[in-house]
Amino acid sequence: MRKVFLSIAGFSLLCRLNVSAQTKQDSLPKGSGISLFRPVGQPEPSEYKPRALHIDEINLVSSYYWQNGDHSPVTGGIGTEKVTDISNGIDMKLVWGDPKTKQNSLTIGLGIDHHTSASAAYVNLSGASNTGGTRIYPSLDWTTENAKKGSSFGIGAYYSGEYNYQSLGADIHFSQKTADRNGEFTAKLQGYFDQVTLIYPTDKADTTTTSSGTTVITTASGTRTILSNGEEEGDGKKHLGSSPRKTYTASFGYSQIINSRMQVAFLIDGVAQNGYLGLPFHRVYFNTGKDTTEKLPSTRFKLPIGFRLNYFLGDNIILRSYYRYYIDSWGIRSNTAGLEIPVKITPFFSVSPFYRYYDQTASKYFAPYEAHSPNDQYYTSNYAYAKFQANFYGVGFRFAPPKGVMGWQSLHDLEIRYGHYTQTTDLVSSVVSLSLGFK
Amino acid sequence: MIKRLLKIAGSLAAVMSISSCVHLKEYQKNRINDAEMTLSNRRVEKNELNFQSYREAASGANAGKTGGGCGCN
Repeated sequence: MRKVFLSIAGFSLLCRLNVSAQTKQDSLPKGSGISLFRPVGQPEPSEYKPRALHIDEINLVSSYYWQNGDHSPVTGGIGTEKVTDISNGIDMKLVWGDPKTKQNSLTIGLGIDHHTSASAAYVNLSGASNTGGTRIYPSLDWTTENAKKGSSFGIGAYYSGEYNYQSLGADIHFSQKTADRNGEFTAKLQGYFDQVTLIYPTDKADTTTTSSGTTVITTASGTRTILSNGEEEGDGKKHLGSSPRKTYTASFGYSQIINSRMQVAFLIDGVAQNGYLGLPFHRVYFNTGKDTTEKLPSTRFKLPIGFRLNYFLGDNIILRSYYRYYIDSWGIRSNTAGLEIPVKITPFFSVSPFYRYYDQTASKYFAPYEAHSPNDQYYTSNYAYAKFQANFYGVGFRFAPPKGVMGWQSLHDLEIRYGHYTQTTDLVSSVVSLSLGFK
Repeated sequence: MIKRLLKIAGSLAAVMSISSCVHLKEYQKNRINDAEMTLSNRRVEKNELNFQSYREAASGANAGKTGGGCGCN
């Protein structure tokens, strides 16, 4: 750590010594008529006219994901974790204004996922519960960019709905480039206001209570209230309760060009959550043999710090690296390190092998099947909070020919990526994704 | 732990102080502006980040999810 610190400080000092040599004024006077930016005959920037509202780009991303494991939280840390998921997302960016002065953009997004989860069947002990689910998530973002000032400002809104979870989100974001346009500071404040539907395991939820002649029947699929006169309250349908979960995030980033081949970025998020932070159908088996549903604190604070460094090696190889250190108030510490090496086979086709390493310590609230004591204040057997290491590796391909992919001018880029993931908890998964970019 | 965080913060501050390291003109940024050099996730990675946030406790500092918005952590 000390060596790293001294190396970085030394490198910083060396860079500063070079500043005077690299920031000399141009020897050509302003307006001398010769510019490497602007060929002779091209109009002055002030002659650009604002553009009317138009579609700037449309992007499609589709993925197929499948996994297997043997530590499902639905069955208390044992049992199948088979999952398949098909995700499809589209976003369309509309742009208007003058790109040389002030430009506005509106990005409209829509995503639809459909998954099957084998363990979800065991919300009912007999294994008869529904195993499929669909999530729909539209989004909207408006951003205005001021090219002269090198700044941008925007707001966004987000919704996500699935059978057991509803979410509303909003954000406000800002960026400012440095005077020399080689660095950029970004900030984003984000809030999610979610509702967790209280679907309990059938054996935990099925209760009938009677008070003053009114009978309340609670099942995993909802609650019915029978009044003393025998009539049913409300519309006669079963109603599921819900519990709120709020997430507030403050994100800050700074990116800097180091030289003509290297640039870096620092990212830090402060995340505060409160409300119902578990899921009601996650079981926990105590060391007494009895079972209940997981219980977690109602607050959590997370602090991830990330660093990216990209380097253009020679003419055809790029190194894309990433490191993140993570700490949270539930006792989890984590390291994530990734390296991707895009190799340009031609200027318009690249192959990118990648590897990502991940590790985490266990949460102080985690214990495996039949290891918790009934005296514990909080308990979960969700292996996402266990101690483990994970490896993720694969390869991506990117095509972006100037005349369009397969001669289709509008399709300006196509990416295909496959990755395989393994955890030391024995969970394995694979994902294949396709991205299409239209202009 | 506080000592370790201070070291990380010190390292970050030192690296951030290199902001005046170079002064590249636009025409010198042909490599920096290459599509593969962007300091962000690839578009095609979007769903990978989602499943990682479900299966792992750590999230954030990668322009992806930090919690909330779905039944993940």
